Amino acid sequence: MNWQAIFSIYRYEMNRTFRTIAQSIVSPVLSTVLYFVVFGSAIGQRIDTVEGIDYGAFIVPGLVMLTLLQQSVTNASFGIYFPKFIGTIYELLSAPLSFIEIVIGYVGAAASKALMIAAIILITSTFFVDLQIAHPFWMLAFLVLTAVSFALLGFIIGIWAGNFEQLQLIPLLVITPLVFLGGAFYSVSMLPPGWQTVTQFNPVLYLISGFRWSFFGVADVPVGISIAAICVFLAICIAVIWAIFRTGWRIKP
Amino acid sequence: MTAIISIKGLEKTYADGFEALKGVDLDIHEGEILALLGPNGAGKTTLISTVCGLVTPSAGQISVGGHDIASEFRAARSLIGLVPQEITIEPFEKVINTVRFSRGLFGKRRDDAHIEKVLRSLSLWEKRNNRNQELSGGMKRRVLIAKALSHEPRVLFLDEPTAGVDVTLRREMWELVRQLRADGVIIILTTHYIEEAEEMADRIGVIDHGRLLLVEEKQKLLHQLGRKELLLELAEPLDEVPGSLAEYDLELSDDRLHLTYEFDAHAERTGMTRLMGAISEAGLSLKDLSTRQSSLEDVFLKLVQDGRATAEEGAE
Repeated sequence: MNWQAIFSIYRYEMNRTFRTIAQSIVSPVLSTVLYFVVFGSAIGQRIDTVEGIDYGAFIVPGLVMLTLLQQSVTNASFGIYFPKFIGTIYELLSAPLSFIEIVIGYVGAAASKALMIAAIILITSTFFVDLQIAHPFWMLAFLVLTAVSFALLGFIIGIWAGNFEQLQLIPLLVITPLVFLGGAFYSVSMLPPGWQTVTQFNPVLYLISGFRWSFFGVADVPVGISIAAICVFLAICIAVIWAIFRTGWRIKP
Repeated sequence: MTAIISIKGLEKTYADGFEALKGVDLDIHEGEILALLGPNGAGKTTLISTVCGLVTPSAGQISVGGHDIASEFRAARSLIGLVPQEITIEPFEKVINTVRFSRGLFGKRRDDAHIEKVLRSLSLWEKRNNRNQELSGGMKRRVLIAKALSHEPRVLFLDEPTAGVDVTLRREMWELVRQLRADGVIIILTTHYIEEAEEMADRIGVIDHGRLLLVEEKQKLLHQLGRKELLLELAEPLDEVPGSLAEYDLELSDDRLHLTYEFDAHAERTGMTRLMGAISEAGLSLKDLSTRQSSLEDVFLKLVQDGRATAEEGAE
């Protein structure tokens, strides 16, 4: 293992985060605070509690998940797409690096950054609501597993994308709607029965439900299924990346 | 001489069916500067990219320092520095950070003394804290060289180092390459400027349509180029070369008004004086005369044309 190279990629990517701190950190935090004000305070005044939980607190796990998913996908996709776009990827390919090391460097940095922002949002939310975390270990596990698997997904998108439009396509058109429809701001039991069934097919539902369970001990779906779902997703992403690098798809003619 | 890079039967066919390399064999030796000369699209960049790991070969073997580039890619690639043709550089990062990053990718510990040495030798030290996008084109190209040298490679590939570069900068680049060679770096450069190959290289390889047409010591090549031609324009058309001039192997042109005499410019006796005497004895009157020397360009063009002719015959 070329640890030095993994560390170099990781540090280089993290530097990029701090160099563009307004765009990388301030903006996601600000938009989450806005969600919080609109949903938590404005709408929250009309909805007292959901499943016995104060509405303001109820939406916190959903908000954290929303940001975590968006951030890990966009950071990782941009991280690998940018060298492809400007051509500096030649350097990664001609270095004594295995693909595993490239993935660890980029995905590790993207996941770290997403986790940092998630932590900031979580801390910020404690200024607005009373938060108790029932299962801290599982909360952390959900955060890390989600950040890593969606950073892997982002990496795949970055390799696949041929232009900036494609790069944004999946985060905007797939991830964000799935999070909104995955019970970020409501409990699935509040939906009409037909929609409850449809929602079962939304993979993000399992993430948000499991993550919320780690805070409040209540979930829309059994937590075991949530954990299994995220593990399956992680395995699929790893398999796809392995296949990409075996064939050199879109990277190496 | 030992070969630092050995290429055997290298072929590359791209997914769209384009055959970029059609069986290239090449050994690159310790301590040399090799110039790969060829027109655009000849396969120069594909050849370099394959050795450096950017392109997967379709067939053939490549070893660098005795290490196979596929099975021992870490050992092989550690020896190589690559300067790409296009200026590809992270615009927003500082010069020194991009160079440090390159060193890190090669698994080497941070070494500020070495980075300083490299940046100073490329006159970039003053600019180390500038962002790459603030640099001029020539400086950006030097940053690419600094990146390639950051991990102390033994072999440096320069892909068209002076393409689109002005004359002053080209001279500077040549000076730099010589200095690198003096430091013991083996250099392979591609170019489509014959002048550049003539100026820089110890050996010259001519490549066209994916084939290596010739690899020759520059001196030998230049010697072959020492041939000169004397062109004699006659006042009156001539039916045939007079028998008394047979020993000079003169060639009569189709319009029967020109005679060509070939001689070795480096030889002690060119035979020119005797020829002039013989011509006047034969009663020929001359209107004009001129000499011309075949250049590397002629040889190159001839090789490329012959190569294409052979390829077409083969295809028929």
